[in-house]
Amino acid sequence: MSAHDHDNHGPIDPETGLTRRKVLECMTWAGTGILWTVSGGVPRSLGLVGSALAAEPTGMTFLQISDSHVGFDKPANPNALGTLEEAIARIKAMPAKPSFMIHTGDISHLSKASEFDDAERIISQAKLDVHYVPGEHDFLDEEIKFYKDRYGKGTRGAGYYSFDANGVHFIGLVNVVDLKAGGLGNLGAEQLEWLEQDLKGRSKSTPIVVFAHIPLWTVYPEWGWGTEDGARALEYLKGFGSVTVLNGHIHQVMQKVEGNVTFHTARSTAFPQPAPGTAPSPGPMKVADDRLRSMLGIASVNFKRGDERLAIIDTPLQG
Amino acid sequence: MISATLRRCGVRLAVAAALSLYLGGARADELKVTIDNFTFAPAELKVKVGDTVTWSNHDDIPHTVVSAGKFRSKALDTDDTFSFTFTTAGEYPFFCSLHPHMTGTIKVE
Repeated sequence: MSAHDHDNHGPIDPETGLTRRKVLECMTWAGTGILWTVSGGVPRSLGLVGSALAAEPTGMTFLQISDSHVGFDKPANPNALGTLEEAIARIKAMPAKPSFMIHTGDISHLSKASEFDDAERIISQAKLDVHYVPGEHDFLDEEIKFYKDRYGKGTRGAGYYSFDANGVHFIGLVNVVDLKAGGLGNLGAEQLEWLEQDLKGRSKSTPIVVFAHIPLWTVYPEWGWGTEDGARALEYLKGFGSVTVLNGHIHQVMQKVEGNVTFHTARSTAFPQPAPGTAPSPGPMKVADDRLRSMLGIASVNFKRGDERLAIIDTPLQG
Repeated sequence: MISATLRRCGVRLAVAAALSLYLGGARADELKVTIDNFTFAPAELKVKVGDTVTWSNHDDIPHTVVSAGKFRSKALDTDDTFSFTFTTAGEYPFFCSLHPHMTGTIKVE
């Protein structure tokens, strides 16, 4: 998007006195603004766009992509596979190869075998290890087996697991199964018990990265954007010096820092969703074609030993 | 296939509904629950034993219709429908298992 393009604003909203376009611009800008405060001095030029790569990141860098919704073909983005391809092309073009990638769910739109196959065909072109967690859109096939067959190897329950990389402990959680009427995302007793054990005895100086599809903290319960028992998971993470929680599901960048915990949601590679409460529902948001790519994107996370927090840089596909 | 089956069910219901309308009943509209903007409407529906209710999803996002231990639809893509015939009186709370903040109730008399 061009922040300077203020011509042709469209009709003015009687309530806010702003044009729709202006509201959208402000929203995007606000999202970016929040990120700057958290990126801890890491210049945006370390991002994926690649212009003026002043310095290569010195620590470990990994990527987050989310909500590919392969198979989605509605007006908000008739070609979700195409925009995923664009995201992967950007990753391929990165001058410094990231260590690996995480995908925070909704790989497919309807859990069709062909959608998973298409996603794999595109994502594998990045030639990176990819650590997945499922979104609710990945468990829609009748036998609920396509996701598990493809990505569930070595995981427990519906697909949770942990691993270590460069001194950082990564935990992939599943909060999209056994959802209760009227409730939010759900981890469940079994997974929470596993999490407690997984963290037990671990040095409190170990940086922790938790990733799951639905935000672990309550973003907007009216739209189901939160996790019912997320607070219990966070309880187990108390005392660790550095905790980073990476989520998807809400198709927009949102950030919160609470004590030692940084919460962050990534953009989708498929379609944007409205900011909480700004639309009748959280459904796909149709924006002007030339604005779509400014609202899709990927995140890059840099970890430098000794830094208090991991630096997260969100990069839109365009603008 | 799934959606085709569901649509067929929907068509059958429409025929039945049209017939009952022709016979002087006015229940055709009452036996539908639509999904728009992540909301079941009406949120509460009263029907009689033997009635069939059809849910149809008008959103761009798939939804399900689940009543614990009673009925469970497959994921309904845009314009897919799901029908269930109620043979026992009682209250049937239902929700979308993908977006559990979406809830509703069928009251069968």
